[in-house]
Amino acid sequence: MRVLIVEDDETLADGLSVGLRLQGFTPELVTCCADAREALAQGGFSAVVLDLMLPDGSGLDLLAGLRAGGDRLPVLLLTALDQVRDRIGGLDAGADDYLGKPFDLGEVSARLRAIIRRAEGRASALLEWNGLRLDPSRMSGEMDGRELRFSRREFSVLRALIETPGVIVEKDRLEERLYGWQEGVESNAVEVHVHKLRAKLGAGFIETVRGVGYRLAEPRP
Amino acid sequence: MSSIRTRLFVILLAATGVVWLSAVWWIQHSTRSEVEQVLDARLAEAAQMVSSLISDRRIDVASAGPVELNLPVPAAGSDYSRQLSCQIWSLDGALLGASASAPSGRLAAEQTGFSDSLVDGEAWRVYTMINEDLGLRVMVGDRLTVRERLVTDVVRGLLLPALAILPVLAALIWISVGRGLAPLDRMARALSARTADDLGPVSAGPLPREIRPMGAALDGLFARVAGAREREKSFTAFAAHELKTPLAGIKTQAQIAAMAPDEATRRQALARIEAGVARTDRMVRQLLELAAVDGAPEGGGEIVDMTRLVSDLGQDMRRLATERDVQLRLEMAPELFCRIPDPVLPAVALRNIVENAVLASPPGSEVVVEGVARDARITLSVLDRGPGIPEAERARVTERFFRGAGAPAGGSGLGLAIAQVAVERLGGRLGFEARTGGGEAVQIVLPCAGPVHESGRASEGRDTATRS
Repeated sequence: MRVLIVEDDETLADGLSVGLRLQGFTPELVTCCADAREALAQGGFSAVVLDLMLPDGSGLDLLAGLRAGGDRLPVLLLTALDQVRDRIGGLDAGADDYLGKPFDLGEVSARLRAIIRRAEGRASALLEWNGLRLDPSRMSGEMDGRELRFSRREFSVLRALIETPGVIVEKDRLEERLYGWQEGVESNAVEVHVHKLRAKLGAGFIETVRGVGYRLAEPRP
Repeated sequence: MSSIRTRLFVILLAATGVVWLSAVWWIQHSTRSEVEQVLDARLAEAAQMVSSLISDRRIDVASAGPVELNLPVPAAGSDYSRQLSCQIWSLDGALLGASASAPSGRLAAEQTGFSDSLVDGEAWRVYTMINEDLGLRVMVGDRLTVRERLVTDVVRGLLLPALAILPVLAALIWISVGRGLAPLDRMARALSARTADDLGPVSAGPLPREIRPMGAALDGLFARVAGAREREKSFTAFAAHELKTPLAGIKTQAQIAAMAPDEATRRQALARIEAGVARTDRMVRQLLELAAVDGAPEGGGEIVDMTRLVSDLGQDMRRLATERDVQLRLEMAPELFCRIPDPVLPAVALRNIVENAVLASPPGSEVVVEGVARDARITLSVLDRGPGIPEAERARVTERFFRGAGAPAGGSGLGLAIAQVAVERLGGRLGFEARTGGGEAVQIVLPCAGPVHESGRASEGRDTATRS
């Protein structure tokens, strides 16, 4: 899951970036409102982690602009002002959740998963398709009574496909989900991960649509 | 008298009274002179009439002793009836005739025309004329008390209704003053009904012209209080953000170090923790400095050797400069003594400015600290070759927590704000100027009673510096 981090403090931004990557997200980092607007315009994010005080303005203004444009992207606010009034202000401005600094990395990723789940309209934390039950919080799954473990990148590909089961996901989009802007993309990386996933889930679970991308196969009758 | 209503009431009532009394006085005066003229004319007329009656022989005075004269008098029954009295004397001094109301004494002496006289203890106004044909002296007079009563009656006629009206007038004044002051009452009620957070303008509604200045002054005060409160609130918010953000960073990095899958990630996280702690430390130091300079006394104080202060500072900053590969050069005139409230003020101001200059300088460049004394002023300049402060931001760089778009990362936005407050406490001025050839020149101009070079005070200054 690609997550946009908008944070100007070097230490914290790096911590969030590295920490969320370790937790299975694909974080992108920007340090000011202007860069954030540009990144959001390009799209492709599952959620935004937004600091309130940024060098070129307030995170709340950025959020208000986003909501005014009709964007329902889940937003997690990070702020030092954990007065009730400020929390209310943040939520009323359109934030989906709120965390006061300093926070726990585990809590950041749990809250991110929760707001993404809500945005996708799912009640359960588990993603289910065709006999597979996927647990995003542990990057693991269960199929036919078997416990399955996935690497971070395998999980990213599977997560992207299971969000819209049966719908073709382009290879480019999968690459985007796999790698941040900062990382170099290996040309056959997606194929490699799909191959490994087929080994774990069965050859027919993921279908290749030649020249376009991949999709999850319709359930077995 | 603290009540405006009572005061206005008394003033208005007194003023009305004074106006009334002056009118009465004036009317009394003019009535008196008017009455005198009219009655004098009547006296003269009556005398003429008596004289001509005698000449026509309608009154025979030659044959008889004192006779009763019946003169035309105002309608009987009036208070003023029979007020005229007449006496006819022969030129040799015998009383030939007199009216019934005439006194027994002679009304006037020898002279003709108008005269005042005292007859039988009563004051009289008399007109005397001589009838040459018959050799008679005709005197017609009236009592002055009667005239006086006339005037008094007129005045009484004025005063009595006035006195009757007075309570009504007082009530009217009291009510209208109350009405006139009602907007003040309304304003007071509106103000007292406000909550502590309500700092909106008073003059939102229509105010009478007289209290509009007060409304405007209150609005101004409210705006200033709201501004101060807003600054305080944003200071707290900023301070919370500036302290909690690096703490959040440190905590996150610590968690990463704990769960790092490989050695490189762990080592990097630990390095970031160290940097974060250093930054937080600087932030805390600056917040404490800000609190210290905010609370520093103004005026008075001790004599400090600025040259020495700057060289101590140079020692402190040398490590940071070396880390950044920046040359720090001090060019101080010797023995710059200055009496200042607290030596911590110039030290804190300079340290923050020099720190900023070093952090903004490109590696291999030079930061110069100059100090000169001129015209009872000490000027300390910090010159760097960094990118300089953008023109648009120059006015805002001393705002607390203001960080320019191009400011070096990791700054708190407090350094120059601290310098500004410290220099203000010293009664000096902080100036920023672009340097020719690039970079920024920051100047602190401190007023001094003149650099002190005499041995006595100089050594005092040196002692102070040594002690501190």
